[in-house]
Amino acid sequence: MDSVMLGRIQFASTTIFHFIFVPISIGLALLIAIMESMYVVKGNEQYKQMAKFWGKLFLINFAVGVVTGILQEFQFGMNWSEYSRFVGDVFGAPLAVEALLAFFMESTFIGLWIFGWERLSKRVHLASIWLVAIGTMLSAFWILAANSFMQRPVGFEVHNGRAQMTDFFALITNGQLLLEFPHTVLAAYMTGAFLVTGISAYKLLRKQDVSFFKKSFQVAIIVGLISSIGVALIGHGQAQFLVKTQPMKMAASEGLWENSGDPAPWTVIASIDPEKQENKAELKIPYLLSFLSYSKFSGEVKGMKELQAEYEVKYGQGDYIPPVRTTFWSFRVMVGSGAALIVLALYGTYLMARGRLESPNKWFMRFMVFAISLPIIANSAGWIMTEIGRQPWTVFGLMTTEAGISPNVSPGEVLFSLITFSAIYTILGVLLVFLFVRVIKKGPNETVTAQVHSLDPFDMDKEGGYHVVS
Amino acid sequence: MLSLNELWFILVAVLFIGFFFLEGFDYGVGMATAFIGRTDTERRVLINSIGPFWDANEVWLLTAGGAMFAAFPNWYATMFSGFYLPLVFVLLALIGRGVAFEFRGKVDSSGWRKTWDVVIFAGSLLPPLLLGVAFASILKGLPIDKNMHMHAGFFDVVNVYTLIGGITVTLLCLVHGLLFATLRTTGDLQARARNLAHKLLFPLAAAFIVFGTMTFVMTDVFKVHGVLLTIVTIAGACAFILSGAFMKLKKDGWAFGMTGAMIALSIASVFIGLFPRVMISSLGHAFDLTIHNASSGAYSLKVMTIAALTLLPFVLAYQLWSYFVFHRRVHEKEHLEY
Repeated sequence: MDSVMLGRIQFASTTIFHFIFVPISIGLALLIAIMESMYVVKGNEQYKQMAKFWGKLFLINFAVGVVTGILQEFQFGMNWSEYSRFVGDVFGAPLAVEALLAFFMESTFIGLWIFGWERLSKRVHLASIWLVAIGTMLSAFWILAANSFMQRPVGFEVHNGRAQMTDFFALITNGQLLLEFPHTVLAAYMTGAFLVTGISAYKLLRKQDVSFFKKSFQVAIIVGLISSIGVALIGHGQAQFLVKTQPMKMAASEGLWENSGDPAPWTVIASIDPEKQENKAELKIPYLLSFLSYSKFSGEVKGMKELQAEYEVKYGQGDYIPPVRTTFWSFRVMVGSGAALIVLALYGTYLMARGRLESPNKWFMRFMVFAISLPIIANSAGWIMTEIGRQPWTVFGLMTTEAGISPNVSPGEVLFSLITFSAIYTILGVLLVFLFVRVIKKGPNETVTAQVHSLDPFDMDKEGGYHVVS
Repeated sequence: MLSLNELWFILVAVLFIGFFFLEGFDYGVGMATAFIGRTDTERRVLINSIGPFWDANEVWLLTAGGAMFAAFPNWYATMFSGFYLPLVFVLLALIGRGVAFEFRGKVDSSGWRKTWDVVIFAGSLLPPLLLGVAFASILKGLPIDKNMHMHAGFFDVVNVYTLIGGITVTLLCLVHGLLFATLRTTGDLQARARNLAHKLLFPLAAAFIVFGTMTFVMTDVFKVHGVLLTIVTIAGACAFILSGAFMKLKKDGWAFGMTGAMIALSIASVFIGLFPRVMISSLGHAFDLTIHNASSGAYSLKVMTIAALTLLPFVLAYQLWSYFVFHRRVHEKEHLEY
């Protein structure tokens, strides 16, 4: 295999892995901030216990997210040096701002939050977790600003073979970003929310710490409901934007070889043959693609064949059709998971409103445990569609993925790093699950039995002891 | 008047100085767990002494990388692709060490904890060693061609000169970390940290002298910036002597300040020696990367300058505040988070 393929596999695998943990961190940070706010406002100890219990999972997850993120920043220069040279002027700025504005904030205040329960006042401690939550959100904004440039380059001019920034404001008001950012962040809130409802459902099924997990479920299901609906609404906006800015990706995600005709039907499933450039069997819903693309029941969507011809005129000879099957199916997996999550959130909220969480429908609660995985699957599928659908471009219309590779790095070196990182990531994944299961099994009250009061008067805990000597 | 290219060169230098000063001591503490942490509890105390800080300290490296990417894309691209394998190991070390701090205390089993102790030691040793090797090789010059592509063989990066550079940085971080430990621990552990720091002064001096002499002979940096580098070297030597004196007097805070000064001066001298180059080509000075041919456009630098000068004061303020919040020593008997 050549460096480009290996580099792509490495980027895909490390990014997908990284982005399992990132949304969980963003989502849990918000939920913990809400829980701790309720503790500070209401003075109910149970909310503090909730912040601490979910905080444990958050920290395990956060650690994996942070360390896998370091690699992301290095990877551009290591594997994609020509890409970095070409776009650094534009792409580097949001990354640097992300580090300055978000990473410092997250990392400093997470330290204050973990170690500050007894050293900070309630309000300052609460402010710390809010700053962590805001930091994770800002981080998302800046990295997505960089990504949006790759999808829809704005605010630049090409000089001496390099993209140079000419308008920073255009970069951060990129239409792509204004949709991609809320979509991604809401999806992250949804991910955190369904993690909490899933674990709570598991505990409620076993009748363990019922009041604790009922409260957790309640907080999370509301966040889950709002965010899952929000994700879908913004997703609709993104489809309309996509038709205008990256029509090829739109056509590929619909498996649309020929122009759709007006009104355009939506293909639910299809057997796609990229060799012959046709679909063998299709199941279609009339009008729906027109609605998805233009919010009305008329309008034609261009097919890949016509777009290929247009791109050849514009960009020269080449194959501008992305891997169609992957783009098509990843879109459907994302939408399907997202729709299922909305239904679950609605029913969960209904159960909560009727006060039936203590004697729940067993099958529903079991499904909620399984539903922990759905947002994670949807997140990955969404990104696979976004990134695979942009191929062969790395920066749409400006630079192909192939041209971005480091010419001075050998395939052997990339293979070596691919193998070692995959191995270490596998170990990390296993350890994380192992630690998660331990924390969940122990439940929120594990520390009560092991309580020992500090012997140091300076470190005496005013709240009644949370000291463990081990 | 300072040009923006010069300003960004200085800012990148400042970010690396901040990184080595801050993360330097937590690398040192990480390494020290293997030398002065005799029991599990002592090792825990050491890890907890850097617990609230290490993550934010590491962000200095990420910010330095981000600043290079934004302000000098060619520098970032050449350096990161050129040092491919060393950076793979730096990343492995940083990944292992980061999760080790978080995971170690989560399971109460000696096998589990000892495994993470090894990861913490190796993860704290490798980054200063490898980054020291990398910076030394940059000073010496690397085969960079006319397209700014670096094709370095193993011995271009790893040789006697660069290894001594790596060892110097590692020893410096270790002493710096031991002195940080004296500030956040008590009793026996504190005394052991102070003693070891004092004992390491001799090897550190030897490493400095050998590396300095070789730099004088093997690189052109003293020819280019002789006066300034001589001043920095003398200042560094003074800081060194003072740190030894303060250790003897058990003025740990002052001693720590002096090793911090040594780190700042050492990293500064690397950047002074390079200026206005950012990477030296061993294939001819026409191929050197400089603050001009490696940089972003003027507009981008201007935007970045505004962002950096607005944000850095806040960052410094809340980071300093976090050190103030956790200024008390870590006791064995208290609740240890890690």
